[in-house]
Amino acid sequence: MSEAVVSLDTPKELERVPLVTNDRKLSWITESVSDIVESKTPLWWWLGFLITVPIALFGLICIGYQISNGVGVWGENHPNGWAWDITNFVFWIGIGHAGTLISAILFLTRQKWRTSINRASEAMTLFAVICAGIFPGIHVGRVWMAWFLAPVPNANGIWPNFRSPLLWDVFAVSTYFTVSVLFWYVGLVPDLATLRDRAKSRVARYIYGLFALGWRGGNRQWRHYEMAYLILAGLSTPLVLSVHSVVSFDFATSIVPGWHTTIFPPYFVAGAIFGGFAMVLTILIPARLCYPKLDDMFTRQHVDKMTKIILLTGSIVGYAYLMELFIAWYGANQYERAAFWNRAFGWYGWAYFCMMFCNVVSPQIFWSKKMRSNYIVVFIVCQFVNAGMWFERFVIIVTSLAQDFLPSSWGHYSPSWVEIWTFIGTFGIFLSLFLLFMRFLPMIAMSEIKIVTPEADPHHPMHRKEHPATATEGAH
Amino acid sequence: MAEYRKVYGLGAEFGNAGELMHAAEKIRDGGFTKWDVHTPFPVHGMDKAMGLGKSWLSAPVLLGGTVGLLTAVLLTTIPSFGIYPLIVNGKPYDWRTLPAFFPIFFELTVLFSAFTTVFSLLIFNQLPKWYHPVFNWERFKRVTDDGFFLIIESRDPKFSESKTRELLEGMGGQHVTLIHD
Repeated sequence: MSEAVVSLDTPKELERVPLVTNDRKLSWITESVSDIVESKTPLWWWLGFLITVPIALFGLICIGYQISNGVGVWGENHPNGWAWDITNFVFWIGIGHAGTLISAILFLTRQKWRTSINRASEAMTLFAVICAGIFPGIHVGRVWMAWFLAPVPNANGIWPNFRSPLLWDVFAVSTYFTVSVLFWYVGLVPDLATLRDRAKSRVARYIYGLFALGWRGGNRQWRHYEMAYLILAGLSTPLVLSVHSVVSFDFATSIVPGWHTTIFPPYFVAGAIFGGFAMVLTILIPARLCYPKLDDMFTRQHVDKMTKIILLTGSIVGYAYLMELFIAWYGANQYERAAFWNRAFGWYGWAYFCMMFCNVVSPQIFWSKKMRSNYIVVFIVCQFVNAGMWFERFVIIVTSLAQDFLPSSWGHYSPSWVEIWTFIGTFGIFLSLFLLFMRFLPMIAMSEIKIVTPEADPHHPMHRKEHPATATEGAH
Repeated sequence: MAEYRKVYGLGAEFGNAGELMHAAEKIRDGGFTKWDVHTPFPVHGMDKAMGLGKSWLSAPVLLGGTVGLLTAVLLTTIPSFGIYPLIVNGKPYDWRTLPAFFPIFFELTVLFSAFTTVFSLLIFNQLPKWYHPVFNWERFKRVTDDGFFLIIESRDPKFSESKTRELLEGMGGQHVTLIHD
């Protein structure tokens, strides 16, 4: 081993992979993002829209049928008062969380790669929360009395119970939706101004101009704008963590075995981010396929980072599953033990193992860099995660209710066609809204992604044409 | 243009963010007050180059958040302790149940703060303002694409049509244009 020499050279500084590849110019960014909105509607868009809209409409018909006939048309019964409706609600609201994580938490932690995906993810958040909001609204049965949820005395002069987690949920979800809309719109204003300035038709200029509010990009405006953006990100960060915590309180504050656990809030939040990122990739990978120009902005690096987050949060979820089992055993409460035994080996054991495989086992493939960079594998695993996260909520809700304290009051549950189609219908609503978003709004935040290009850095050597010799000294 | 139109100011275009920032530093040092730079994205360090301090948008938000918290406190406590105490399953319903209202306190604080942020942003930036003289300048359209502009208003005490033009051109400003109202 005589030739083993210790190298005294300082290691080379690792080069950062640029966020926008191929040294794209600012005008290229404007052009390629705006082009999606401005060019003729592609054929695949119409095909997609013609599939999603009928599904959405049929879902709405099912909702209409349920409202006119009552919740009896669903498969819910005693003891399963909650089933697919709340499963779907938690599923959709969880998906929204990834968008807010990207737009707010990654902003506060200065993760610059978020700029190319935040707009689309925030849009996804809004549409997911819209789908989520349908279910608590219709599962009350008499929807015309849904206003009893509002913090006003109801028709009998009774005030709502402000100590109830269900009412906290009303506040949490409505605040979440409203703040997400505000955040999204504030981010959109400069890009709407871009579309206004590029618009060829009078109608487009009028409409984009109306919503761009007369934005002029003055630094005296940007200064307040950046502060507002920072504050909204700061507000959204605890908000997003609170929303799924409050959703988990709906279960955790009850005494039903399998629900009554303190691990629920962090476990729900991790699961929400996990499932949400899978949905972000589910819609962005095909979107990128349809618009190859986006390659330089939505790069392999982005997919790689998102799959790593899926791996991390999936493992946290896996830890939570195991910890639940451990505490059920260690806690020595016979009902809790029985609930978990029934979860795994009871009537719905197949759903439990489905969930375990999809959420805990399947994302482990992302330890391999090769698998992370294979879009087909990523897309397939994301479908497993989407399914797994739905099963997680189903398992939590239905197994705990179907087999609780007294075997004499146990009862099977299976969904009716109305429930199944209402759920499929929400996918139609979600995808139709997303297609409309892609068609009419810039799906990449142009003004934000421009900041991460070298051209935007006022200290960048390329801006010092008078002193090329000093350019290498860099910016200080 | 035959009709008389008021002069709004002088605008100049710069090649990139770096050039614009150097120009802004000079204008700041020249003692101008009614001027602004317009860029497609917020330029890092431009606030300092223009001599602008921290944005105090946070102040009204603190106020808004406080109002939100107070609203939540009143909204939950007045009915629950005063107008209509609700006894559920014989559980306590006095002041010791206050922690049960914390989620609502939090959510309304966030909600009111977010609305205050957005409305303050509009007020601070004087938006919406669908008509503005700068939109009369044809080149200005590029501000939302890749244009970097510096505009000095005519109401600035130091403004002089010829001298300011020289100043802007001397700093490397291109397409120096007189903008009319």
